[in-house]
Amino acid sequence: MSDKQPVLELRNVDKSFGPIDVLHEISLKVGEGEVLCLLGDNGAGKSTLIKTLAGVHQPTNGEIFMDGELTTFSSPREAQERGIATVHQFGGTYPLMSVGHNFFMGMEPTKGFWPFKVYDREKANRIAVEEVQKMGITRITDGDRLVGGLSGGERQSLAIARAVYFGARVLILDEPTAALGVKQAAHVLRIVNEAKKRGLAVIFITHQVMHAMAVGDHFAVLIRGAIAADFRKGDKTREEIADLMAGGESMADLEANIEGYMETHEGHVPPPAH
Amino acid sequence: MTDTTSISNSEPAPKPAPASGGFSFGAFFRSPAAGAFMGFVVVFVVFAIFGFSRNFLSIPGITTWVNFASLVGIIAIPVGFLMIAGELDISTGAVLPAGAMTVAILSGHYELPVLVGILGALCVGAIVGFINGFIVTRTQVPSFIVTLATLFAVAGLTLYLSILFINNTNSFYHAPDWAKTLFGGKVFGFNSSVFWWIGLVAAFYFFLHKSPKGAWVFALGGDQESARNAGIPVNRLKIGLFMLCSTCAAFAGALQVITFNSATSQANFGLIFNTIISVVVGGVLLTGGFGTVMGIVFGVLTLAIVTQAIGFTEIDRNLSFLIIGVMLLIAVLMNDTFRNIATSWSTSKKK
Repeated sequence: MSDKQPVLELRNVDKSFGPIDVLHEISLKVGEGEVLCLLGDNGAGKSTLIKTLAGVHQPTNGEIFMDGELTTFSSPREAQERGIATVHQFGGTYPLMSVGHNFFMGMEPTKGFWPFKVYDREKANRIAVEEVQKMGITRITDGDRLVGGLSGGERQSLAIARAVYFGARVLILDEPTAALGVKQAAHVLRIVNEAKKRGLAVIFITHQVMHAMAVGDHFAVLIRGAIAADFRKGDKTREEIADLMAGGESMADLEANIEGYMETHEGHVPPPAH
Repeated sequence: MTDTTSISNSEPAPKPAPASGGFSFGAFFRSPAAGAFMGFVVVFVVFAIFGFSRNFLSIPGITTWVNFASLVGIIAIPVGFLMIAGELDISTGAVLPAGAMTVAILSGHYELPVLVGILGALCVGAIVGFINGFIVTRTQVPSFIVTLATLFAVAGLTLYLSILFINNTNSFYHAPDWAKTLFGGKVFGFNSSVFWWIGLVAAFYFFLHKSPKGAWVFALGGDQESARNAGIPVNRLKIGLFMLCSTCAAFAGALQVITFNSATSQANFGLIFNTIISVVVGGVLLTGGFGTVMGIVFGVLTLAIVTQAIGFTEIDRNLSFLIIGVMLLIAVLMNDTFRNIATSWSTSKKK
């Protein structure tokens, strides 16, 4: 961990729902321009952890610090105002609305004066397309296009670009690559790197070790609500991580042959066969 | 009434649509109002042909269905808003007579000023809408069931209170001249409600398609969880839409009683079907997230022609329900097609 003040830090956070303990003594920190990968199998408590970070749940015990300051988020809205943006698996987009509308949802630019304030479509579309293109998605050129016509990766990218544009400091990505094809996933990983370059603190939740290895600086493996391992990039091999997550050798063997690609191609997936 | 407004709304400003040339053909087809508009044109032309010798195109022929359309339309557009937001309101069938009876009892029986009666009716609508919205947002009960319950509750209460206050389920009310002109008059055979409807269409159009908050309604129907995460006051907006819907139904009731000088406390179950058919024929997606005000307007007009103007044509009156059934089915099938065209359409080259 760098000497810099972490943007977001959890210290010994517990969360229980009635008699059921979901999270035990979670301590994590993530700094500017850093990607923290949270790895865990289904049911490991990833979702609860995200919701605690995003202000949906309040920790039963323990403390959350933002910029070194003790903080409690009483609502998702409050967490958002402090700069914590969560992008969910399906990107949080509205398929039957335009790119511009999706980008500015809830923050619509207007022109004119009350009571005849109108939604400024040209401005919204222009900014949305610019921002998405800056993130490297050049296929989106028309802000009027409906998001339903975009690929899953493009939707994720749109949601990330939106968070970056509205000044997010911590970006929580909940399984952004889980529902995507290989090529699409690579797309999203590039965007994650782009967000990191811009100095955002990224928390990347996944159960795909391959994707985590491609972008992560720091890794935490979650098993049954507790952090089973916490290490930096290069400290452990892919097999070791997969073992930790699954608790079995077979998993590592299965995935080992795919892994070679990522190592030799700087985290990129192979080009499609022709 | 033309479709130009809704076309220019979805027309891409920077680049003209490729391949179709000139006026943006693609943008027109992308609009959910397109199907409704074409359906209206087809029905109008067919009825005009069969009704040419039976005064379909005469003033009484036209005013019959336009007057009917205005009362249904005042309610159908907010019902459409709710459908776009992913909810359904069927309590309108009881709120309209409740509004009508409120005016008749307050202004007719108790001889209070007509504005008090109308205001009372609007309050009744707002309260029912608030109850609908409150229950829907606080519980997991689907809005169909909630409003079905309030439909019967309000219908029963209207009957009971009518007997209690005036000892009659029907009532008569003659509004003063100025109020009669404003709310229940006739211009060339068109009722005042037609002009109220036009005004409301303009206001609703502005709200849904021009004002920044219009997009929130679509967001509710598109993905409610994301809308909440984006900071949209989901519950407040939904309650507001339910209140708008019931208030409009009560207002239609007030217009009705002033126009026809009489009110009944019987629930108007036909109105429920009429509003929902209009909205669906108007291109609003049953699952929410898609639709236009102008589409609903054409849906209402089409329904009105088929149900009301059939007497001015040589088509057998009994066929009107059949036509509506077939029309509804075609509309639902077409809406899917239009949605697919809309999502895959791009004004610039895709790859």
